[in-house]
Amino acid sequence: MLGPHTIPEDDRVLDRYIGMILRTGMLVSAVIILFGGILFLARQGANAPNFKQFHGEPRQLTSVRLVVGGVIHGEALPIIQFGLLLLIATPISRVIFAVAAFAWERDYLYVAISLAVLLVLLYSLFGFKSS
Amino acid sequence: MNFLEFSIIVGVASLLAGFLGSLTGLGGGVVVVPLLALAFGVDIHYAIGASLVSVIATSSGSAAAYLREGFSNIRIGMFLEIATTTGAIFGAFLATNTPTKAIAVIFGLMLLASAITSSVRLKERVTDKPVDPLAKSLRLNGAYPVDGVKTPYTVRRVPLGFGLMFGAGTLSGLLGIGSGAVKVLAMDEAMQVPFKVSTTTSNFMIGVTAAASAGVYLSRGYIDPAIAMPVTLGVLAGSLIGARFLVRAKVKVMRLIFAAVIALLGLEMIYSGFTGRL
Repeated sequence: MLGPHTIPEDDRVLDRYIGMILRTGMLVSAVIILFGGILFLARQGANAPNFKQFHGEPRQLTSVRLVVGGVIHGEALPIIQFGLLLLIATPISRVIFAVAAFAWERDYLYVAISLAVLLVLLYSLFGFKSS
Repeated sequence: MNFLEFSIIVGVASLLAGFLGSLTGLGGGVVVVPLLALAFGVDIHYAIGASLVSVIATSSGSAAAYLREGFSNIRIGMFLEIATTTGAIFGAFLATNTPTKAIAVIFGLMLLASAITSSVRLKERVTDKPVDPLAKSLRLNGAYPVDGVKTPYTVRRVPLGFGLMFGAGTLSGLLGIGSGAVKVLAMDEAMQVPFKVSTTTSNFMIGVTAAASAGVYLSRGYIDPAIAMPVTLGVLAGSLIGARFLVRAKVKVMRLIFAAVIALLGLEMIYSGFTGRL
């Protein structure tokens, strides 16, 4: 049978911080998306959308650097896209937090496992450019 | 229809989807893709991109509530995320090379499968498989509260669970869904983790898995802000409202109704895929 030492009590503290990170990230990005959305609809709400044909988004909305550039210029769609990026980054930040927390607990096996997950996530975001 | 009308109608529909999805535990993303594709004629790649982002939002939003209950196993989650995230990237690659018709048919089959599994209630298994020595060396075994008493549990068939998780990730990346059902199945059936632990741990993993495929979708230009905006805000608001109603609602009847809706959407997707209407 398992002894009481196998029950990971420390994870409870970890859990609470992770929950807080996820909720904050979700709320902040929702507010940014809402703000960008209102801006977009106020400026271009009367135009007709064309979503029936897939044409791929322009570079301004697929490159992290160009999205940030658009946000600085106050453009509506890049602001929404920035909020979406932040939303995608929220679970990534929780993996980064887990790497740090496992390191602090000296659980090096799980530092390595969390780092592997982090690498896969970073590869998906930055690993290949749109063709 | 202009952008304003599109945003309002899609936003309200997504709110309803998120509300029902969180009440029934089936997730809102599952109906968003067929809704956008069938009712609004949105290209399925854009629909999947928008759904993926909404899946991340609801997973992050409900994680805090799940974690407070103290059931999730962060080590099982992190270990299996290696499988789900690589699977998700693989699935996202598949999506970029699969014709719309084929995606529609696969999506329809997935909807039918989840409608069936959601109407059959899984029972807690009597553990009959031997404890996996891998579980001990990976420290996957844990404890969870049963009637306020911490009860230890052990994990079985780790490689099988890991393999199934790769499949769950692939489905998630290909179809833009959380595929929580496959995740729970892998943990319940294969690894024989207690039901409460597997459900909460799976919710936890869904956001990370979806983030992996969302990265590919974003850099490939599949995420359109004008579509993702009403979908994400709608599904998120709906699921947050749904979480508050959870205790009071008659979930059983709603599950059946929602399962029937999903099954119908599934048939419609398969039909549209074969006739080439999408």
